[in-house]
Formats: sequence, C-alpha cells, structure tokens
Amino acid sequence: MYDGGKIIIGIVIGLAILLFPFYTNIGKAAKAPEPELTAKAKEAGKCIEPKEFMTSGHMKMLDEWRDEVVRQADRYYKSDWTGEVYYKSLQVTCMECHSNKSKFCDKCHNYADVDPFCWDCHIAPEESDNGPQ
Amino acid sequence: MGLNRRDFLRIAGLSALAGLGGKTAFEILAPGELEASEVPLPKGVKWGMLINMHKFDDALTKKCIEACHKYHNVPNIGNPKEEVKWIWTDSFHHTFPGQENEYQSEDIEEMPFLLLCNHCTNPPCVRVCPTKATFKREDGIVAMDMHRCIGCRYCMAACPYGSRSFNWGDPRLAPEALNPEFPQNPDYPTRSKGVVEKCNFCAERLAKGEQPACVEAAREENEEAMIFGDLGDPDSEIRKALREHYTIRRKPELGTGPNVFYVI
Repeated sequence: MYDGGKIIIGIVIGLAILLFPFYTNIGKAAKAPEPELTAKAKEAGKCIEPKEFMTSGHMKMLDEWRDEVVRQADRYYKSDWTGEVYYKSLQVTCMECHSNKSKFCDKCHNYADVDPFCWDCHIAPEESDNGPQ
Repeated sequence: MGLNRRDFLRIAGLSALAGLGGKTAFEILAPGELEASEVPLPKGVKWGMLINMHKFDDALTKKCIEACHKYHNVPNIGNPKEEVKWIWTDSFHHTFPGQENEYQSEDIEEMPFLLLCNHCTNPPCVRVCPTKATFKREDGIVAMDMHRCIGCRYCMAACPYGSRSFNWGDPRLAPEALNPEFPQNPDYPTRSKGVVEKCNFCAERLAKGEQPACVEAAREENEEAMIFGDLGDPDSEIRKALREHYTIRRKPELGTGPNVFYVI
C-alpha cells in the first residue's frame, strides 16, 4: 500500500468527524417532554377517556371525530369511561381545558417532530406571556 | 420486425373490440361505478330558504352579510378577483339572466339581490368533485369537508351560480385594515390556503336548533324578510309562504333544483 500511513490517518480523522454527533451526545438523550396542564385541566382531574388512551390515541380520535361531525353530522361523543356526553370539537371542547397549546400540544409534537395541520384552519386559544388565562 | 399487414389488421381489430367491450362490461358488472359521485336522495327534512325582496333595503342586506361573515370568519380580501363569497349581492340582470327586459322598472333592476349557495337538489359541484370533499347531506345541505378538499376548483367551474370561492392565500393574512380583529368568531375555524369554500346553510347552527346567521339577522328587523325551514313539511312556515307568494329561483332551466326562493 503506497502512502499507507497517510491513508490510515485520513480514515481515522474521517471516522472521527463522521461519528462526532454520536460520541458527543452519548448519555444525553433528550427526555420526553411532560406536557403541562392548565389549572382548569388539573381541577377537572380527568380527560374524556383514560390518560393512556388519550396520550396514544388522541390523533385517531380527532380524525374519527372530524369525519363523523362533517360527513354524518354526528356531533356528540358519549364516553363510557366518564359516562358523560361531549361536543366533538377540537377548537371548542378540547381547547377549552387545554388552552395552553404551546405548552400542551406543541411540546410533544415538537419532540416527536410531527406537524399536524389542524391549526391552519382551527383557531388556537390566545395565550398571554404569563401562561393561559 | 415481422409484422405483416394481415397481423397488424388482426391486432388492431381485436384491440378495438376489447376497447368497446371494456366499458360495457364494466357497466354490466358494476353499474354506476363510473360516475364521479352519487347524489343520495334527500330523506326527511329538506332545508330551503325564501328571500322576500320587498322587505329588504341596503341596511338590512348589509346586516345579513355582516352577520354571516362575522360568524364564519369570512375574510375581506379587498381584491374582487380573489374575493371570498358566502353571501353577496348582485343586480337583477346578473341574478336572473334571461328574465330581464328593456322596459323593466329601474327599482327592480338595481335591487341588491341577496345571493348565496342554492343548496341545489341536483348539485353539479357534488357530481364533479374528485375527492367527494363536497357532498349532499340527507337534509339537502350541500356541505364541504375542508379536510378533503384538494383545491382543484372543478366545483367552481361546475357551479352555475358563482357560489364558490377559492382561497388564493391564507385568509389569516388578509389585509388587517379591512379585517379588524380577524378571526372574529373563536368557535368557528377559518380556512387555509388552497381550499374552496362556500355557504354551508349554517349546518353547525342548525345542529344547535338555531336559524342561519343571515336569517336570524334579517328576522330581527322584519319577520317576513327571510324564511328558513323544512321544504318537506307541508305545514312549515316556508311552505306556507311559498303557497302565498309567487317565487322565482335562479336559473331553474339548468335542472339543478335550487332551494333558495325569491319573492320579487
């Protein structure tokens, strides 16, 4: 191998640069964010379905809601868990309690790098600098 | 290339036969499947609207339009080419083309006719929509599912009433001077760039048992100016009014079956 030493040094430097992001971030995994609840949500103490279901399945539920509301004019949701009936609306019902979009919705969405287009049309509640009203 | 004239003619003939048989076979096996969209027959309630032009003046017309636009967060773009229309006005000449005559009273010609989606019984916009984003509900409302609209504007070409508008830009970026405090109703969404929108007969208000926003605004001033109700019920207020007055509709000759009636 001609110039073997130089090639090996080159490979080592090349690998070091390539793997730089991996060894600098070892042990520093970004923790999953904890969405913050508003005072109103805390006081209610429960969502419309169990927390685990809402965490993993809220997007599916909203997707079903929007079809049922718009296409079948079926506007009310009966929860077997709470036994109550809710108006199916992201903008009116969900955001009434979770009025802190930036600290509730966006925290996880940013972490998971998802960009739902709900807010292109649906209006998020206004948030002041001191947190939601 | 070993294709002689005899083989070429044979292949061409068979291809033509297959081509003719293909569509026929499809129609026999799955009739109607080739249509872009089916129009379900309305059952039970069938919403309709009556507009009594004798009761309208400029102030009342403006009030109705404002009530609708405020409720549904309809932006004022300020450019007629990009205008978003839910409810608007036009002259007799443009509203009822073919029915004008040169001796007609100027009062009628200049009257600001209140126009909105006619929620046709046989809506051409529904027929052409490639994604079924616009559809006919059982109660007669021609509704739109903004989640499905791809903004192809086929429906705008199909609608003979100009009732549909395209969002050329984000409505939230509409000029602020023309849209103070937009969006005004925090309980109703705006639209996004690239979808078509139109009047929805206030489906969300009807679900709560309320009258459409424009009708409510008009009736605060005059009970007879606008009547909204069930065309399927012979004893409803609108059917009684339709029996009492002679009414005309926009372009009935097209066979769309408009459900907005005008008393002139």
